[in-house]
Amino acid sequence: MNIKIKALKKSLWVYHVSGGSCNNCDIEILDCLTPKFDIERFGMVLVGSPRHADVLLCTGIVNKKCVERVKEVYKQTAKPCVVVAIGSCACSGGMFRDGYQMGGPLDKIIPVDVYIPGCPPKPEAMIAGIVKVLEKLK
Amino acid sequence: MNNKQQNTKKVVVPIGPYHPLLEEPEFFALYCEGEKVVDVEWQAGYNHRGIEKLSESKHWDQVTFLVERICGICSTSHPFAYCNAIEDLLGITVPERARYIRSIIGELERLHSHLLWVGLAGHFLGYNTVFMWAWKYREPVLDIFEIITGNRNHYAMFKIGGVRRDIENEDIPKIRKVLGELKGKIEMLTGAVLDDPVLAARLKGVGVLTKEHIKNFGAVGPVARASGVDIDVRKDDPYAAYPLVEWKVITTENGDVFDKAVVRLLECFESMKIISQCLDAIEGKKGEIQAEVREVPSGEGIGRHEAPRGECFHYIRSDGTNRPTRHKIRAPSYVNIPTFKASCIGQTIADVAIILAGVDPCYCCTERVAVYDVEKKKKLHNFKYLVEKSKEKTEKIRKEI
Repeated sequence: MNIKIKALKKSLWVYHVSGGSCNNCDIEILDCLTPKFDIERFGMVLVGSPRHADVLLCTGIVNKKCVERVKEVYKQTAKPCVVVAIGSCACSGGMFRDGYQMGGPLDKIIPVDVYIPGCPPKPEAMIAGIVKVLEKLK
Repeated sequence: MNNKQQNTKKVVVPIGPYHPLLEEPEFFALYCEGEKVVDVEWQAGYNHRGIEKLSESKHWDQVTFLVERICGICSTSHPFAYCNAIEDLLGITVPERARYIRSIIGELERLHSHLLWVGLAGHFLGYNTVFMWAWKYREPVLDIFEIITGNRNHYAMFKIGGVRRDIENEDIPKIRKVLGELKGKIEMLTGAVLDDPVLAARLKGVGVLTKEHIKNFGAVGPVARASGVDIDVRKDDPYAAYPLVEWKVITTENGDVFDKAVVRLLECFESMKIISQCLDAIEGKKGEIQAEVREVPSGEGIGRHEAPRGECFHYIRSDGTNRPTRHKIRAPSYVNIPTFKASCIGQTIADVAIILAGVDPCYCCTERVAVYDVEKKKKLHNFKYLVEKSKEKTEKIRKEI
């Protein structure tokens, strides 16, 4: 196993970037940190800078104003980095796919490793998604 | 413009667009002299999704789901106001049971939204205990939503002429039990937050908005009520079940961030009062939950709802076809956010985050209309570029004349 991958799986640090979402996925991500779900017990924590991140959680349709910025954030992350598309908007565009401001979906802009669909996905679904990330890394 | 040119000489502290404090992408430029903030600029558009335009391409029933996805936190406020607008256009009355159910959903949403704000305010102050605490108590409210509607956040309860699904009578005791437990917990949280000397020191006298400011900016909701202006659509222009139940509008006098917290926490108890009265009214009974709506004639209608952040306004114009020809939405944060011009200036940088958070800004609600210029994509933050562009244009026009 690659030493980088081995180090990566130990304790995933997560950076969250919203590319024009309805806020709901973002709130559910924060919910994962609060006492009921508490993902910190798995060593995961939200960090303040993409440079510290092992996982990039991306929500929203990624509108045209955000496209460049999302690319920039992805460039800043240390590789290898797992990109997770959270919510129907990031996965496919959802009901906004015909809108004039649609710059995504996310996989057109940056490579995506895991898709977690749902509007919004429940925190349980997100945790299940992250578990799949860990399995994928093995 | 002179003011802005002067500003370019001062130190600029950018907050956003991706800042760990804001979970939504948003850009604030703080112009500072030393520690003191002398001006604030706000740039929007990172959350713009073109919903008003999309709404014109969907039929009446689909629009309820679209407007629900304007905002995840107030995801009932927009369908509520939209349905009020269509019912205003149609001139129909909603069955009584549906009105009670609408109010229950609206108030549950206020409850979870206010708890969310208290948590985030604690988080902004670096007081994560309050954050974890408030969000823990918010979970039971989301569980109630899951019992009633099947989803934690986007409820899809609203339908033109009524509600989409009934609250089952056997669920009501469960809801009562959860609310009963929650009341004690929120009382404890309120006591702890209001008596905390650290929070009082950080929040009292910070970001004061006077009555004059509120009137000049046209601010609404808890922001206005914290400054002693008692505007509340639920009382001023009653709809749904609000005239049928007993409750009062909470106001305070000082207008600082502390008072905004007080208003929001006390409103939680009013919400619980409304919910329990509504549950009394529908318990053990059966009734219609929707009026029959066959088609929407041409005309226009307006609808309002007191969202957790203030008055949410929808305007609908129909030409008799199955989709709106114009759908205008004004969310409460649109008028509340600009109050930072009055409340932030003259404060220290450290206080700005909590003042900005004090109005409970919701950017996904606000950004219905934004002018977006592809050419200026990268230089948007550069004021000099805009001045040059403006000069160029003046030169061009001068030559043409």
